[in-house]
Amino acid sequence: MSDILKYFRQDRLPHIWCPGCGHGTVTGALVRAIARLKLDKNKVCVVSGIGCSSRAPGYLDFDTLHTAHGRALAFATGIKLARPDLKVIVMTGDGDCTAIGGNHFIHAARRNIDITTIVMNNNIYGMTSGQYSPMTPKGFLGTTAPYGNVERTFDLCKLAEAAGATYVARGTAYHAQMLVDLCEQALTHRGFSVVEALTQCPTYFGRKNKVGGAVELLEWIKDRTVNSKAAAVLPPEKTAGKLLIGELYKNPQPEFCDEYDKVIAQVQRKFDGFRGGVRGCEQNSD
Amino acid sequence: MSGRTALLSGNEATAIAMRQARPDVFAAFPITPSTEIPQYFSKFVADGETPAVFVPVESEHSSMSACIGAAASGARSFTATSANGLALMWEELYIAASLRLPVVMACVNRALSGPININNDHSDSMGARDSGWIQLYSENAQEAYDQFFIALKTAESVGLPAMTCQDGFITSHAVEPVELLEDGKAAGYCGTWKPGRTLLSGPVSMGPYDGAEFYMEHKRQQSDAVSQAFEAHARAVREYGALSGRLLDPVEEYRLDDAEYAFVLIGSSAGTGKDAVDRLRERGHRVGLLKIRLFRPFPAEAIARALSGRRAVAVMDKCDGFSGSGGPLAAEVAGALYGTPAAERPELRPFVYGLGGRDVWVEEFFGIYESLRNPWAADAGRVEYRGVREEAPV
Ligand SMILES: Cc1ncc(C[n+]2csc(CCOP(=O)(O)OP(=O)(O)O)c2C)c(N)n1
Repeated sequence: MSDILKYFRQDRLPHIWCPGCGHGTVTGALVRAIARLKLDKNKVCVVSGIGCSSRAPGYLDFDTLHTAHGRALAFATGIKLARPDLKVIVMTGDGDCTAIGGNHFIHAARRNIDITTIVMNNNIYGMTSGQYSPMTPKGFLGTTAPYGNVERTFDLCKLAEAAGATYVARGTAYHAQMLVDLCEQALTHRGFSVVEALTQCPTYFGRKNKVGGAVELLEWIKDRTVNSKAAAVLPPEKTAGKLLIGELYKNPQPEFCDEYDKVIAQVQRKFDGFRGGVRGCEQNSD
Repeated sequence: MSGRTALLSGNEATAIAMRQARPDVFAAFPITPSTEIPQYFSKFVADGETPAVFVPVESEHSSMSACIGAAASGARSFTATSANGLALMWEELYIAASLRLPVVMACVNRALSGPININNDHSDSMGARDSGWIQLYSENAQEAYDQFFIALKTAESVGLPAMTCQDGFITSHAVEPVELLEDGKAAGYCGTWKPGRTLLSGPVSMGPYDGAEFYMEHKRQQSDAVSQAFEAHARAVREYGALSGRLLDPVEEYRLDDAEYAFVLIGSSAGTGKDAVDRLRERGHRVGLLKIRLFRPFPAEAIARALSGRRAVAVMDKCDGFSGSGGPLAAEVAGALYGTPAAERPELRPFVYGLGGRDVWVEEFFGIYESLRNPWAADAGRVEYRGVREEAPV
């Protein structure tokens, strides 16, 4: 514990999350991964949108930017392009990432920009008191779906992969150790990496759906997931309808900032002696 | 003459007004402190208490787009939002107004980020004041309820969208007795919307490119409609008064008759202000209050009439327009007073107060009154912040 405390703004604690909320477990997993990798605090920038999940960076002692609902990835793209040397991490919720911010998500993935995105998926808009989100399973209840949600969910990991993300994993707040490993892998991957972390919202999702409190919700998460490695050898009836967890996709591809720099270098060579250009402007500000 | 009285929050009262006004479509996305409105409404839909369709979208950009699409096809369409939700609708606000679609929105006022804050001030809807929407501001839950009907009637009779505004938490969440109309009476008042032309009623093209040849004529028509909204609003108020016994004129004068000094403001602080006026009156001070309900179109003549002849007036904005000389209400009131003869024109002092949920006490009004009676402390033309901890750097 003491090894990770230094990554927290301890004077900002206690946090606002409800008793039994899983967001702390996911935040803890990310911080543990950062600690394992011994990342320089001053080289990490954590960006978030709006929501319970997006409050996490406020408790973390890195450079942090709390932005507008759904827009964290757009802000993070700006940061990464201006300071490619920074490790840029986005912490987002299922609503923040897949509803209001869905467009930024697929385009960040498509570009394969070197940002690690941790999606805290509690299957609901927690902050605004339990409206259903694009990740609320069909038939489940939300305050805007008093008789059951009729919409289908995204498969966030497949969405990320199809959009172009080059590292995709799913973990859960139940499998906390595994979540640390997945965050670590995502952080070391160069390119757009996504970890979907299934997490529990006992206050809204659990209560509304009568699943129970935090413990029952964690059991529920456990029961609806299966390890992707195990799934490969299990008979289909054991995996039917379950979400795979673990590393789901890894396919290193040229990264956006690198590609961008290549073009700059090419153009600069071509116009050798031309005193201008985007990154060279500091020397030419006479 | 009216229906029952119920204990309701401003949000619940608004949701009931929305149900009684019989919309076809309600599209919304949750945001504090207006979230409860779509929540109540979605329950009405689920319980079969309204035939309206509830459209839960993935952002406010989409909720306003859905309302515009629905209204373009002739459906009475409502939404509710606050702060950043309203900001995200910006693009569509102008489109709704220029397509002349009477979408009606309940805006529950909250400070617009940043920094992020969920409490009340008027920075959200004040930013939308030039979007072509009719704007009505309410002091309490009763007014929020009543003015929703008036907004709808005005909007549909001139073909412009309208928003009703109430103060986040203070009005939206506090529970007060609210006198409700009977469902039948409310429906009778609202009637059915008879749009001129709609999609699906024969080939029409809405929103195509409008070049320099016609753009200005269209804007002129839009501007004329805004001017007509004064009369339409007055009619809607009269009819509503006859129905409910409550008259919601564009401005409310409180103990202004012989007043030498006046507070001019918008929204829930009027209640506190009236209390302050009563107490000052008890001590023999000639002071009154002018509350503005209709902000768009701006009732400049009524305001000039009410304020001319006073010595000094404090115009109190719950929003700094960052113009360098006070908030938008102060600027508009100054404009309204420009036409009054110099001898009648009161001294105008702009104040900014209550930002981001900063509490407003009766004592705040006493302080402002003291300031009014004395030579202006702030630099000429500058704005004075009230209820703020530090002095503004000079
Ligand atoms: C433009 C805008 N619209 C709506 C909101 C209100 N809002 C705040 S958080 C939130 C939902 C958050 O849900 P999710 O991303 O799933 O995170 P959680 O709170 O469940 O962690 C919404 C709708 C907002 N802040 N800004």
